[in-house]
Amino acid sequence: MAFENLTKRLQMALRRLTGKTRLTETDIEEMMKEVRLSLLEADVNYQVVKDFTAEVKELALGEKIMKGLNPGEQVVKIVNEELIKLMGTDAEPIRFAEGKKTVIMMVGLQGAGKTTTAGKLGWYLRKTNAKKPLLIAADIYRPAAVDQLVTVGQKLDLPVFQMGISEKPQTIVAKGLKYADEGGFDLVIVDTAGRLHINEVLMDELLDIKKLSSPQEILLTVDAMTGQDAVNVSVAFHQALGLTGCILTKLDGDTRGGAALSIRKMTGIPIKLAGTGEKLTEIEVFHPERMASRILGMGDILSLIEKATEEIDETEAMSMMEKMMSGHFNFNDLLKQMKMVKRMGAFSGILKLLPGGSALANSDKIDDKQLVFVEAMIQSMTPEERKNPELLERSSSRRNRVAEGSGRSTTEVNRLIGMLDKQRQMMKRMAGMSPESLERMAGNLPRIDQNPTPGKGKGGFKL
Amino acid sequence: MGLFAKLFAGKERKAKAQKFKIGMEKTRKGSLSSLRQVLLSANRIDEGLYDKLEEIFVTADIGLDTAVQFLSELRKEVKRQNLEKPMDLQNLIVDKLFDLYLKGQIVDTRIPFASEGLTVLLFVGVNGTGKTTSIAKIAHFLQTQGKRVMLAAGDTFRAGAIEQLRIWGGRLDCPVIAKSEGADPSSVIFEAIREAKKTQVDVLLCDTAGRLQNKVNLMKELDKIHRTIVRETGTPPSATYLVIDATTGQNGLSQAKVFSEVTPITGIVLTKLDGTAKGGIVLAIRNELGIPISFVGLGEKITDLSPFDIEDYIYGLFADFFETEESR
Repeated sequence: MAFENLTKRLQMALRRLTGKTRLTETDIEEMMKEVRLSLLEADVNYQVVKDFTAEVKELALGEKIMKGLNPGEQVVKIVNEELIKLMGTDAEPIRFAEGKKTVIMMVGLQGAGKTTTAGKLGWYLRKTNAKKPLLIAADIYRPAAVDQLVTVGQKLDLPVFQMGISEKPQTIVAKGLKYADEGGFDLVIVDTAGRLHINEVLMDELLDIKKLSSPQEILLTVDAMTGQDAVNVSVAFHQALGLTGCILTKLDGDTRGGAALSIRKMTGIPIKLAGTGEKLTEIEVFHPERMASRILGMGDILSLIEKATEEIDETEAMSMMEKMMSGHFNFNDLLKQMKMVKRMGAFSGILKLLPGGSALANSDKIDDKQLVFVEAMIQSMTPEERKNPELLERSSSRRNRVAEGSGRSTTEVNRLIGMLDKQRQMMKRMAGMSPESLERMAGNLPRIDQNPTPGKGKGGFKL
Repeated sequence: MGLFAKLFAGKERKAKAQKFKIGMEKTRKGSLSSLRQVLLSANRIDEGLYDKLEEIFVTADIGLDTAVQFLSELRKEVKRQNLEKPMDLQNLIVDKLFDLYLKGQIVDTRIPFASEGLTVLLFVGVNGTGKTTSIAKIAHFLQTQGKRVMLAAGDTFRAGAIEQLRIWGGRLDCPVIAKSEGADPSSVIFEAIREAKKTQVDVLLCDTAGRLQNKVNLMKELDKIHRTIVRETGTPPSATYLVIDATTGQNGLSQAKVFSEVTPITGIVLTKLDGTAKGGIVLAIRNELGIPISFVGLGEKITDLSPFDIEDYIYGLFADFFETEESR
């Protein structure tokens, strides 16, 4: 149970022993290697990664290491903050025209999800902004694209303006806009054909549509799984049309979505919405913060850092640490320690956040209930027993009384006593150790041995 | 003579490879990934040069793992051969890329037709990669070989998907077996196999709905389709093609891995290679999972499909490099 918390303590101890208070160049460089790897694996553009890591390196150098974090975690914290800054801290809403109808143009490569997203967007803006949308089917090239939009429209009860595939897209859009005015629509979403950004003829067609419809928004629809080419695509579309935003689709997949960062950094356009499922109502406002941690791929550790920095009272933690080191750790301290853990959130939740901890969290040995049981057992002890665990170790009648009082079995009480004893011994040994042997020990602790990362080596963890 | 030189020995090769490089044409202008420039501007083979090479590979979506592995083998070879001049790397890079792809095997991209009776081809992939269009192109390709083909509209989910396949069927003048939207895809495949056998069709091409590989239920549905084919024909599909969009990044690996678990993948159809994306992820897939590339889509026309050829592909990757080299 409290062993995971112990890992944090161990890390703290390490930091204390090495006396590090500021990030050194070595710390940063070690971590930057990991960060770079992580970003590239997430498909962030090579050049963007290069620039970004260089910037963060500058920023991080000499930064004070926060209590409760090791240098590695501290670097991750800075990286994450910079990522969030870069992605834009707030969600950017769709811009509407004032006093007249709003026009939104959907553009992008083939297969990015424009048609589906056009429908989703219409549904979404009708719901959130009480708009009366009209969809215009301007993809005359892909077989059955018009059918697709019409079907999507039917399912969502959104009117679709279409003229089949024999008219030019420019004509369709012009007529569609007129139809919108006559029908009292205040929002028009134009679904254009997917095209390659290097196809000049088709890009000119988009420019024509832009000129004749003066859209408030030109939204690039981008598949979240896009790799390095995201930069070429978004820059080319942006240069040709002047994009106002981007919609990231297929975000319900298991892709890390580094394209979002590349696009944002290279074009500066905001990512406004995200498609998050197959259902036509699965679209939501884009959350830059969530995306930042998804791209970084260190979400688990980030949540832990966040919780650790927010919830643990640092002085309380330090005095606990000293108590543990002195070897006078008793049931009162254990209870306090547990309450600290509890404040950080559901216990199994915390466990899952620790690298490798999810396996433990699912095991039947540790759960939140267990924590309640331990609490009950400790509370069934007399104040003397809590302060002096030996009393319990010596007397079986005391143990039986605690078991009865807490409604648990004597075996469980014995286990609890054994556990405290183990912790105390370990702490005693730790107090007299060199940093090197401490590191070695961190790998050999019972139970956390499944969790080889924290406290091992100076980087703190590996991906 | 290294493979590099061999690659440009014949005019025929050049004409054939021409198609592959179309897509790269725009990127190489002002692009950071010009191999030739990198080699020419370097004074010696050093860390700086290796970094630039890594950049070229990663930018092609080959992925860091495969790029790092490739470069470490390159380093070994440089040491062994005692190479000093950056331009000496040209042959080596091409040779090593061949090795990376071929792995000492003979890669046969031909469609493995059933020795007798019906050949069933299954097409799978995530949403929007171009499955339906690829099916139409391959059906056309088969027709030019004199095969009688039939299409099965197994994508009963996406709006307009059935209609899209029907339109292609009309253009190709081949039968399309379809049910209504929302029907069980396995039942469509079941019916198509019966019909194909009855009408003595040579090849049945089965479309499926795009599905993200982390959707368990949709992957189960695919498993059911696969089982239906096994049950109705007595064997697994003659080939199952995973359709991957050339713009796909590292998620392509996860796609290949997870789809293979449900239905063994014979080969990859790499689509949209006529854009600026280089589709390097397929090299990573080949390297890490052993799945070869069977076809590439190179444009919007029905004829814009080619059986994959590693030499053409490498030519496309470094077209600028080769061309300037030749014109000298």
